[in-house]
Amino acid sequence: MSATREAAVAAPALRVQRATLASRVGLILGLLAVALLAAGPLWVLDSVLRTLISFFTLLALATMWNLLAGYAGLVSIGQQAYVGLGAYGLLFFADTLGLNLFLSVLIAGLVGALVAIPTAALAFRLRGGYFAIGTWVIAEVYRLVVSNVSQLGGGSGLTLRAASEYDRTARLFATYELALAVGVGAVVVAYVLLRRRLGLALTAIRDAEASAQSLGVHVFRTKFLVYLVAAFGCSLAGAVIYLNLLRVQPEAAFSVNWTAFMIFIVVIGGVGTIEGPIIGTIVFFVLQETLSGYGAWYLVLLGAVAVLVTLLARRGLWGLVADRTGWSLFPVQRRLQDLHPSEGR
Amino acid sequence: MTWVNDVVQGLLLGGLYALFATGLSLMFGVMRLVNLAHGDLSIVAAFVALAIVDAVPVNPLWTLLVVVPLMFGVGYLLQRGMLNFALRGADPLPPVLVTFGLSIIIQNLLLEVFSADSQGLDAGRIEDASIRISDRLAVGWFPLLTLVVGIAVLAGLQLVISRTRLGRAFRATSDDQETARLMGIDDRNVYAVATGIALATVAVAGIFLGIRTTFTPSVGPTRLIFAFEAVVIGGLGSIWGTLAGGLVLGVAQTLGAQISPGWGVLAGHLVFLAVLAFRPTGLLGRTVPA
Repeated sequence: MSATREAAVAAPALRVQRATLASRVGLILGLLAVALLAAGPLWVLDSVLRTLISFFTLLALATMWNLLAGYAGLVSIGQQAYVGLGAYGLLFFADTLGLNLFLSVLIAGLVGALVAIPTAALAFRLRGGYFAIGTWVIAEVYRLVVSNVSQLGGGSGLTLRAASEYDRTARLFATYELALAVGVGAVVVAYVLLRRRLGLALTAIRDAEASAQSLGVHVFRTKFLVYLVAAFGCSLAGAVIYLNLLRVQPEAAFSVNWTAFMIFIVVIGGVGTIEGPIIGTIVFFVLQETLSGYGAWYLVLLGAVAVLVTLLARRGLWGLVADRTGWSLFPVQRRLQDLHPSEGR
Repeated sequence: MTWVNDVVQGLLLGGLYALFATGLSLMFGVMRLVNLAHGDLSIVAAFVALAIVDAVPVNPLWTLLVVVPLMFGVGYLLQRGMLNFALRGADPLPPVLVTFGLSIIIQNLLLEVFSADSQGLDAGRIEDASIRISDRLAVGWFPLLTLVVGIAVLAGLQLVISRTRLGRAFRATSDDQETARLMGIDDRNVYAVATGIALATVAVAGIFLGIRTTFTPSVGPTRLIFAFEAVVIGGLGSIWGTLAGGLVLGVAQTLGAQISPGWGVLAGHLVFLAVLAFRPTGLLGRTVPA
């Protein structure tokens, strides 16, 4: 009691610690890595650039899904809606309206966020597992609507024509830089959001929703905001994915497999950690490269690993690392540091 | 007057949807578990029936005698060996992730074992036989049988839940798991029996689906979605609501398909979204979706 009073009057005895040694080292190494990757077109083979494009777009998708499920408790199985909307948004603005190809990517992302508003209004009426299927149904609605619009190619889809106006190599480089920006941007946005008020609100909601609400946390508004950010991120990633693939088809663009991959990556890497999706995407790519010859068995294995990790190691691979080492590359929590430990607190 | 025929065919189709929705509704009612592998498990039942019919030349309807108890066993073991662990704690994430993972595993295992080819179960003459009511209206015997079986399964379940000792245990664990446990109810066993019964109804639904139409390893999610829509349209926690939801969904899809072939499934989705927007408790439900 007396110690608390002293602390209030005299020099502060406690300090809020928001960075760790690992995070400072990680920041420097991370900036170096991003700089090296940004210079990728200068020193990396074109085929590797293509792999990296899908790596960074998947990283963005997984990070967005993690923000939804791992932090806001919104287990969506309908994020493919935004991948598809991003792809078709790009197609519509670049080909049908003739806007600049790369500007169209950004607009496609915004369209996804816009569509997310009515989607959330409906889906938020459901909770838990029913929210999951509800988002899936709404994604199916978007797929079926797009499949029935002949201007967008109907069920057989269309090829992005605007892309052919650019030189092949120049387009690859630009797509790569966009993918890098979307992937790294997703991680940075998630990190910044979680370090701010929103992060505190989400933590409070996760721990005790009713109590958080009674203390003035806007539960609905907070979750809604996260949903919009995730929709924007997934649409942007979807547009970049199809800027690379060029051929857009409703079955593929709105496939639930997109969300399945996000789930596998996040669960294996570590749900509810920012490091998790990064580790998960790396593991996912290594597995894909080594096991691609095994066809459907590969997905059986991936599913089994995800189930086992969920049941036995809830916080995934990064959780195991963090528990052993205490590392935190992206510290979002506030730790109290005792400046005068001798006072016997 | 073709729309009369459409409505009748829609109602008959709705019988099948109600059959699919029963198990989903039961599992959610007893343990608040949404089984995302629900549809895939019905396709497993259809493939098991197919394997039996291939080995022994019998009418696929007889395979119900084997497949239904088998799926009860699968459900019991699945719940005790896996799903009960996912339900520990109040976190909503693990049940969704585990059953979604299971769904992916089942689809791809079926794909490896049975290939992606379309399959069907041939039940012989009953598939084509129909009762002619007028020139424009005929009721197929098999769709009628499906609807009757659907109603019978729902009525049977309603009786079990309201009249038996097991049903009382279901209601007690559903209301308050902790207190039910204190009263000597083994909730892990109760949950396992509930999943067993749910998968038994799923087996019936899967085999009837296989007779009615063709199936592939990848059609499970569509079945899950229709079952879910029937449950939400009818109202969560209401057995007869599930029947009503199935019928409404069937009629919506049949009428939608009349407007344009591509709009059948979409019309069903839109009815579901309309219910969610304007009557989130469902047609006969008493509680809000939780």
